[in-house]
Amino acid sequence: MPDPSTSSPKIRVVLAKLGLDGHDRGIKVVARILRDAGMEVIYLGLRQTTASIVAAAEQEDADAIGLSMHNAGHLTLAPAMLAALDEAELDIPVIIGGIVPDDDVEVLLVTGVAAVLGPGAPAADVVAAVRDVVVS
Amino acid sequence: MSVRNLPVEELVARALEGNRRAVGRLLTLVERGGTDADEIADLAHQQARGAHIVGITGAPGAGKSTLTGQLTRLLPEMGVAPAVLAVDPSSPLTGGAILGDRIRMDNIAGEGTFIRSVATRGHAGGLALSVPGCVRVFDAAGFDPVIIETVGVGQVEVDVVAAADTTVVVVNPGWGDAVQANKAGLLEVADIFVINKADRPGASDTRRDLELMLDLSHVSGLEDDSGYRPPILMTTATDGEGVAAVWDSVLAHREHLTSSGQLSTRQAARLRYEITNRVEAQLHVEASAAIDRADLSEALSPIKLAAQITDRLLRD
Ligand SMILES: Nc1nc2c(ncn2[C@@H]2O[C@H](COP(=O)(O)OP(=O)(O)OP(=O)(O)O)[C@@H](O)[C@H]2O)c(=O)[nH]1
Ligand SMILES: [Mg+2]
Repeated sequence: MPDPSTSSPKIRVVLAKLGLDGHDRGIKVVARILRDAGMEVIYLGLRQTTASIVAAAEQEDADAIGLSMHNAGHLTLAPAMLAALDEAELDIPVIIGGIVPDDDVEVLLVTGVAAVLGPGAPAADVVAAVRDVVVS
Repeated sequence: MSVRNLPVEELVARALEGNRRAVGRLLTLVERGGTDADEIADLAHQQARGAHIVGITGAPGAGKSTLTGQLTRLLPEMGVAPAVLAVDPSSPLTGGAILGDRIRMDNIAGEGTFIRSVATRGHAGGLALSVPGCVRVFDAAGFDPVIIETVGVGQVEVDVVAAADTTVVVVNPGWGDAVQANKAGLLEVADIFVINKADRPGASDTRRDLELMLDLSHVSGLEDDSGYRPPILMTTATDGEGVAAVWDSVLAHREHLTSSGQLSTRQAARLRYEITNRVEAQLHVEASAAIDRADLSEALSPIKLAAQITDRLLRD
């Protein structure tokens, strides 16, 4: 029987690819990294919309949302995602993974994205980023 | 405002009003176990509405999620709001899990459907406690039917869906699939058989195998005495072919349960299963503590020592 006083709550992360491009290698690697760190990954896969991600995050009571983007849409898609979460009154940190130029990283963080991870981020960094945004 | 820090009664009140964030949160707390989980299950029990519970099980990759997704597309069109509990295994090594059932459901699920992914979290007993609790939350929140998907390997996974009102067993075409299902103990829990991936060769062979096994259980008297014989349906879940007939069969089975008086028998069996699991879990905790307290180096034999610990435990 799970004993909540001794075991810390499981971290549940919704992972999705927002937008139209069809590469899921990176996000699959991240899914495995997080699972191996003991987290529960709700994997939504490719071609998700802000609406489908909001619905999933709400139903899954996600602690964090990880979005993979490789199609340079981050400056429009990320704010759209945050706005959709706001609208749904969901206070869930969003982490963006993918190729994001340094200047844009700043912009995203200012917009309210909780963390940005580059393409080859080491497993330890990925796990630490999720743990950090969930705790804070 | 975030629902995260609301007290349990407030969360339940909101869930009853249809607040989906509150439902999501309650499911998390139920899954976590402990006193909050018990209180939630108890409050939800007081608000029970009697949703029809459908279990869907079968071998890994049989198409359970795709079929469930098609059902959740169909049902809202009929004016009902289904909830899905999709159970996937946790990694025994790390305790983590990749829950992928939504991939097959999200894009087809109809408006109003609520899908929740659940990991087995290593301790099989945990699932036996958390699934009934989650079903209660869905039921109190007004979802009907509640569909539980589990993979048909592992005793608890099978037991959990077998405790449903209607249990659907999904098999695939191909030599031996029905035999495998039989070995896994799925045949005796099935109220409905679905041969999914009927677009592939061998579906009629599988049907014949299943018919044969049903005949055998008839001969050996295992068949239920009301004369109900599980129907065998063919589906191609990827394009929705045959899925409406699956739902018709669920309704027909429900009708059978009601008219034969077996609905209450099933519900009683389900309560007994839930109570048994709760008592066992509680005893397990107490027993572990008693064993921790005992001096295991005592000169008694392990058999006598165990008997002594048990005696003491039951007396206290
Ligand atoms: N050809 C064919 N493929 C199907 C059909 N139904 C499902 N599939 C495919 O079978 C694979 C597994 O489907 P799922 O719905 O994920 O199966 P599942 O039983 O939920 O799998 P687990 O939850 O992993 O045990 C997917 O690639 C589906 O697209 C079907 O009727 N025909
Ligand atoms: Mg599945």
